[in-house]
Amino acid sequence: MADYPDSLKYTKEHEWARIAGNRATMGITSFAKDQLGDVVYLELPEVGAQIVRGEPFGVVESTKAVSELFAPVTGKVTKVNKELVDAPEGINDDPYEKGWMIEVELSSPQEVSELLSAAQYQELVAQEG
Amino acid sequence: MPRRTPLHEAHLAAGARMVEFAGFEMPVQYQGVLEEHAAVRERSGIFDVSHMGEVVLEGPSALESAQRLVTNDLTKCKDGQAQYSALCNEQGGVIDDIIVYRFAPERLFICVNASGREKDFDWMRERKAAGTTAHQRSDDWAQVAVQGPDAPGIVDSLCLPPVLDLAYYHFREATVAGVPGCIVARTGYTGEDGFEVFCPPGSAPRIWDAFLEKGVTPCGLGARDSLRLEVAYRLYGNDMDEAHTPLEAGLGWIVKLDKPSGFVGAEALRKQKAEGLRRKLVGFKLTGKGIARHGYPVLSKGSRVGEVTSGTMSPMLKESIGLAYLPAELAREGTAFDVEIRGKPVAAQVVKTPFVTKEAQKSAPKSS
Repeated sequence: MADYPDSLKYTKEHEWARIAGNRATMGITSFAKDQLGDVVYLELPEVGAQIVRGEPFGVVESTKAVSELFAPVTGKVTKVNKELVDAPEGINDDPYEKGWMIEVELSSPQEVSELLSAAQYQELVAQEG
Repeated sequence: MPRRTPLHEAHLAAGARMVEFAGFEMPVQYQGVLEEHAAVRERSGIFDVSHMGEVVLEGPSALESAQRLVTNDLTKCKDGQAQYSALCNEQGGVIDDIIVYRFAPERLFICVNASGREKDFDWMRERKAAGTTAHQRSDDWAQVAVQGPDAPGIVDSLCLPPVLDLAYYHFREATVAGVPGCIVARTGYTGEDGFEVFCPPGSAPRIWDAFLEKGVTPCGLGARDSLRLEVAYRLYGNDMDEAHTPLEAGLGWIVKLDKPSGFVGAEALRKQKAEGLRRKLVGFKLTGKGIARHGYPVLSKGSRVGEVTSGTMSPMLKESIGLAYLPAELAREGTAFDVEIRGKPVAAQVVKTPFVTKEAQKSAPKSS
């Protein structure tokens, strides 16, 4: 069964966020990865772009499916994982470490409390899966 | 409720993810599309294609009947040989693409797409000549495709009599993994060497298991689609349909306008050929970023001029490839155009197909 680290926060749309101070890095969960199948294409915003909680910030495509990435939090993009864009199969191998997509500077830190814990997320996927 | 093939339990046991396809519950992948794709290109893979249908035309006039129904010329096909062909409507639109296995002039075994099981059968039955009986045999056969450079040797090792001497698009009745009464054909939909095996449904799991024991990788519809697209094989319903002719679909080589029997749709196709094609199915690569998908608009100078029919990220080339209908004047190799992806134009270029060229294909004689 897929694993969901306790140290991360999650969304209903199957993104994870790692919160450190006023920064958050994010990617997709192992559940999302398994549902998509082999990821072969990734489109991410540029450094400096604004992303808004609940709205699409990029696109991930597997051999068969196209899926939008929904921002777990609102903020300004401070880092983009360019290596992952060039080799998106990193998501297949390791969605939580190698598979990080972007880092943002939080503009509404209170949003973090609205994210799901690992236990809550596990419950959600148990229903969906 | 979607129907299940005789290999349903075997798929679940192999860890398949099942999806609905043409009314059947089919495996889309087992371990992963990329891994399965590579297995077929480098070693061997096995696909359950039992959803495909079978129709048999039988009787003293069977060959004559078939000649008037299909676009290709079955007089050029010997007994024991198979031929890729199409059924067309009066307007020349493609009803289905099929493979005809010629057992004898009095017995033609026709493999149709899953979506054509009833449609093709009804259509042929209504149009056959007197002295021909059309039999619906779709539920009487299961089918597996064993494909890849190692496939011929592995299939041969399970067959009696041997089948390794069969040339491309030739077939033989054989006992496979102890199951008598199978039809083994050197055909496939991946661009690799290999065989397709028709077998009695109840014995399909035994044959499937025998191949898995030989180390053949189970492969799903996902890999089947990326493999066929790399060699630009058309997919019925995506790349061609009743609104597109085989000439437009680039299948002119299976359309024999001059055969004496004529065939349904010949007149419309002759007219289309004489007037010149207005649109053509072409292969393309995206030079910009993204993946083109079925139904995405094709743009030239900002206006919509066509449509993507198939697209994927080629696992072998790591490039974004696809097929699209373009106006004839834009169909020349090297022509630049755009594919609209999520509202934005992405640059593309017409390229030669197949996208991936295999030694097996270069050396294999094409069925005429």
